[in-house]
Amino acid sequence: MSRLGLSRLARAEERAAWLFLLPSAVLFLVFTALPVVSAFLISFTRWDLFNTPVFAWLDNYLTLFNDPIFRQVLGNTAFYVACAVPLQMLLGLLCALGLNRGLVGQSFFRIVYFLPVVTSTVAVGLVWAWLFNSNFGLINMGLSLLGATELPKWLVSSRWAMPAVITVSVWQGLGYAMVLFLAGLQNIRQDIYEAAALDGATGWQRFWRITLPLLSPMTFFVLIISIIGSFQIFELVYVMTKAGPANATNTLVYFIYQNGFMFYRMGYASAAAMVLFLIVLVATLVQYRMQDRWVHYD
Amino acid sequence: MTERTESASPRPLDWLVFLLLLAGALLMCGPFIWMLSTSFKPMAEVFRFPPELWSPTPQPQNYLRIFSTIPFGRAIANSLIVATSVTLLQLIVCSMAAYAFACLRFRGRELVFLIYLSALMVPSQVTLIPNFILIRELGWIDSYQGLILPYAFSSFGTFLLRQYMKTIPSGLIEAARIDGANHWQIYTRLILPLTRPALGALAIFTFVAQWNNFLWPLITTSKPQMQVTTVALASLQGQFNTDWPLLMTGSVLAIVPMLVVFALGNRSFISGITAGSFGGR
Repeated sequence: MSRLGLSRLARAEERAAWLFLLPSAVLFLVFTALPVVSAFLISFTRWDLFNTPVFAWLDNYLTLFNDPIFRQVLGNTAFYVACAVPLQMLLGLLCALGLNRGLVGQSFFRIVYFLPVVTSTVAVGLVWAWLFNSNFGLINMGLSLLGATELPKWLVSSRWAMPAVITVSVWQGLGYAMVLFLAGLQNIRQDIYEAAALDGATGWQRFWRITLPLLSPMTFFVLIISIIGSFQIFELVYVMTKAGPANATNTLVYFIYQNGFMFYRMGYASAAAMVLFLIVLVATLVQYRMQDRWVHYD
Repeated sequence: MTERTESASPRPLDWLVFLLLLAGALLMCGPFIWMLSTSFKPMAEVFRFPPELWSPTPQPQNYLRIFSTIPFGRAIANSLIVATSVTLLQLIVCSMAAYAFACLRFRGRELVFLIYLSALMVPSQVTLIPNFILIRELGWIDSYQGLILPYAFSSFGTFLLRQYMKTIPSGLIEAARIDGANHWQIYTRLILPLTRPALGALAIFTFVAQWNNFLWPLITTSKPQMQVTTVALASLQGQFNTDWPLLMTGSVLAIVPMLVVFALGNRSFISGITAGSFGGR
């Protein structure tokens, strides 16, 4: 076959490839790439959607970091992430270890623990708001049946609202961590355990010396995914507390929603969105950089 | 030696683990059971102390009341329309892109793929405001296309399908080409049928995610007729925030379709989730 024929084929293949990419490229440009650039540009403007945007230099960013509510929002979000992520991972790991023993009812348990993950967070938030209702909720009724007299006001108390939200998100998210840990556990070769058992290693030793190190790539992945996901908490706050009482449960995404779609401060909301973007970006880059250092691959 | 016999038959520990798992399962199911129980109660009974698990006078009519109080039937239909359309579009758009990345050679392939992948780092809230402005300029507030089109492509889906298509032996494609098949025929008749497990995983994953989607439909719909289930549920809470039987009825109705979907495809759903994690290695 001539060179001309080959390159004609290659060119045809190239043309075909771009045709196959056309729908995704258009959608990607319109709904992802351009919006990311626009969000960045909008964050330097004052814009209420009704009048023309006004260029405002770094005003939004300066206002943001002097805004006591935004500081509280960052603090709340960090507190939420710092509590929810480790709890979710620990419980998810324990469930995965329990389910990896080949016990009766294993697939039933797996489905039950995973169920909240596929359930609408709005519905989950509603039922938990009902459970946490300070007067007639099942939790406080149960506590008073047990003899408690000082009942927490949960969602209407600035002290207890955040712990309640954290409880719900751990309940909803642990199944996700569990499924990933289970996949990681099932990836560890069984003969390593058999060799260790022959050498007289106890179950405890095998867990610390084999399971945990060999699970570390997955642990690291779950950690980063959970951190990124947790920084984006919104629905539970929307349904359970509406960021209250007195901003006690206001979080980064709720703040973006509030400023953008309740106060129509598009520039200000975009600046807050850029802060979220930066956090997620750093988490992702840390994942790439640190993977080799902390993580044992087999 | 004693260690070994102990680890070969760890019966007591297995029992303990089983009991713990059972207790945990009860905690996981508890809220769902309470949701179902409340949905059958008359208003007066939900405030009764001590609480009862099952109403002595169950009110199945709560399930009729919700459809006459708000257009909840329409909301469920909207959710079905949006979730189904997004799922179908993603299967088409992502599989076409994945085919180009996995099976075709062209200049800039790695670069374009990397650009698509980089979208995984962008939280959806970052593009929220510009996309809202775009949809509003197009006059697509309260429209199906406004709810559907921004989700018609996904980097995750493209990545998932490409990884799967990469495992198809290239000899198969070469053979089809020698038989005179063009790229479109290879894609539709050879690659798509072979990619069915990954397409199934992506379909279930996308459908569930869309059914539960909240923030985007919340800001892009205002008419009750265009609300999806999650938004209708939240607005029900806004109007009847102490009518717990009605709210729980709505929650049950919002959850049941996902339970059905999950019961049908929980294996491929979970394989979709874990595929992302191994792909990252």
